[in-house]
Amino acid sequence: MAGLTELLRKRDMAASHRPWPRVVVTAEVWNETVAALAGGQWQLLGLWGEPDRIHMALRDEADETIGVITLDCPARRYPSVGLHHPPALRLERAARDLFGLEPVGLPDVRGWLDHGNWDVKYPLAATPDPTPIDKTYVFLPIEGDGLHQIPVGPVHAGIIEPGHFRFTANGETVVRLEQRLGYVHKGIDGLMTGATLDAASKLAGRTSGDSTVAYGFAFARAVEAALGVEAPPRGAHLRGLMAELERIANHLGDFGAICNDASFALIQAHCAVLREKVLRASQTAFGHRLMRDRIVPGGVAADIGTDGIGAIRALLTDIKALFPALVELYDNTASLQDRTVTTGTVKAHLVRQYAPGGVIGRASGRAFDVRKNLAYAPYDKLALDMPVLEAGDVNARVWIRIREIEQSLSLIAQLLDDLPPGALRIDLPLATAPCEGMALVEGFRGDILVWLRLDAGDRIARCHLRDPSWFQWPLLEAAIEDNIVADFPLCNKSFNCSYSGHDL
Amino acid sequence: MRKLLLQSLAQMSLTEPAPQVDDAALAEVGAALAQTARRRLGRSLSIREVDAGSCNGCELEIHALGNAYYDLERFGLRFVASPRHADVLLVTGPVTKNMRMALERTYDATPNPKWVIAAGDCSRDGGCFAGSYAVVGGVSAVVPVDLHIPGCPPPPLEILRGLLALLQATATAKA
Repeated sequence: MAGLTELLRKRDMAASHRPWPRVVVTAEVWNETVAALAGGQWQLLGLWGEPDRIHMALRDEADETIGVITLDCPARRYPSVGLHHPPALRLERAARDLFGLEPVGLPDVRGWLDHGNWDVKYPLAATPDPTPIDKTYVFLPIEGDGLHQIPVGPVHAGIIEPGHFRFTANGETVVRLEQRLGYVHKGIDGLMTGATLDAASKLAGRTSGDSTVAYGFAFARAVEAALGVEAPPRGAHLRGLMAELERIANHLGDFGAICNDASFALIQAHCAVLREKVLRASQTAFGHRLMRDRIVPGGVAADIGTDGIGAIRALLTDIKALFPALVELYDNTASLQDRTVTTGTVKAHLVRQYAPGGVIGRASGRAFDVRKNLAYAPYDKLALDMPVLEAGDVNARVWIRIREIEQSLSLIAQLLDDLPPGALRIDLPLATAPCEGMALVEGFRGDILVWLRLDAGDRIARCHLRDPSWFQWPLLEAAIEDNIVADFPLCNKSFNCSYSGHDL
Repeated sequence: MRKLLLQSLAQMSLTEPAPQVDDAALAEVGAALAQTARRRLGRSLSIREVDAGSCNGCELEIHALGNAYYDLERFGLRFVASPRHADVLLVTGPVTKNMRMALERTYDATPNPKWVIAAGDCSRDGGCFAGSYAVVGGVSAVVPVDLHIPGCPPPPLEILRGLLALLQATATAKA
């Protein structure tokens, strides 16, 4: 198949889909696209439903083209993507659970988000089915001598989110991990429909608590794209500042927690102190430790004062003084490296296939960072290096985080040095006709995709939020294979996928 | 490593003084305790955290209680891995329908006497997720709640204040 640009050019293009095109295609073109995905020509960015159609977001790496293709399916059936391209598998199961859209040919008939506990089946379909699905869930069959299973969760031993892991082990070696997620499914896609922009923005900021800034950012950019407006320069700068503070806080937390899972508590203790300093500076600068609801469609909700700028500058000095000693300690502690080097390796062919964003991709040779590849304001005017490693093990994921913390410190300094004066936000125009917008924003976990359609007025007709974890969770299943059970926490932490962001 | 350890020895402690206990919270917990079996718990309370559908924001702030600034364990409070070792369930989130059974089972697995603290705005009534087909509602819709800590998410000091109120009320109840 020719390039994605070619495909997008000639078709029935949705009039008001910004900034990238969306085209309605025939089943034939849909199938050709699936073949191109399976052949590794393009990458899948997302797949989501509406009551009578299915959408797929794609990326052509060759010329950095992004586009959405849509297949109308009035009979609620469409040719399965997951059958030929496994990264779509869970997305298709989710779309079936919510809308009753049947991916024809998909071998996995089990519910994903639907565990049989809702009052209805297909809650977002035009007419939900009043009979819930069967609660029985059959895990993949295991055969062989000397195998045993370890079920873990949904309530885990630590202070973390719920999900179920089914390990099959031979002695200490993990033969297979099967995840079962969906426990924290709150029905965000459903709550979004008909919500005002204000309510929807709050929901977006509560999709995954650790990425509240990134989600608010992505949602705001999607709304602005739909309406054809941009946040003013000062607003965009403050957004960048918040996004980088959030990234540093999370990367510090992960760096510490990974070391802690290798029983090296000292780095964890220091990282936790640094992380707390970031949250306190955020509180001073933006009035909330996690900076929740500070980014709104049109700009930002509140300005930063001189005390806020001072707090962030002091934070930069603190981190620059303390962080290098922790990095050196990590680098020079053989017992710690013994646990992280060559542990939980993500294989290169799987990275090409799943195109995972964030640290997981960049630690395995995938040079993709939305801030760089599809730069948006304020990153289009900033100097940013993208660290990329090839090893794909826990150690590589630690180093990518370390390098990204350093990059974020530099970005924050650049943003503070060049903070433009002017308005914080613009008044949004009311949509006079339905319009669609899409945004990709780099959260600390990777690329967050938000797609939405606004009604005439200021209500959401449909909004879908795709967490980076969708393409990372399956790789964790693969990465743990042939590792020992005791290394699972280490591998899991080095991925740090979101449950809430994934379950929605 | 030696240098880091020495520096830590030399510098002042980062830990903050204990916060004042909120009167309203104290009254709320006090009333709950008056009706509960009075057992000598001492100053030690074991807490089992349960995410029943949270966005993970509350978990981040609960986690922060362990850092050097808040140092939860100095009050004899600690997080445990099993509900069987717990006196207190600290529950976050709107309870999703998919987590209802897990929460009920965790509650049932916790030995008496036990207390339930609901943390975060969602845990009161489902917050912005109330009314969804996938959400039951607040924590009290599934298990009895003794104390609610508001906030989105509640900052660590507020959570600490709630936990200390519970401790103080326990101490009063046994006297």
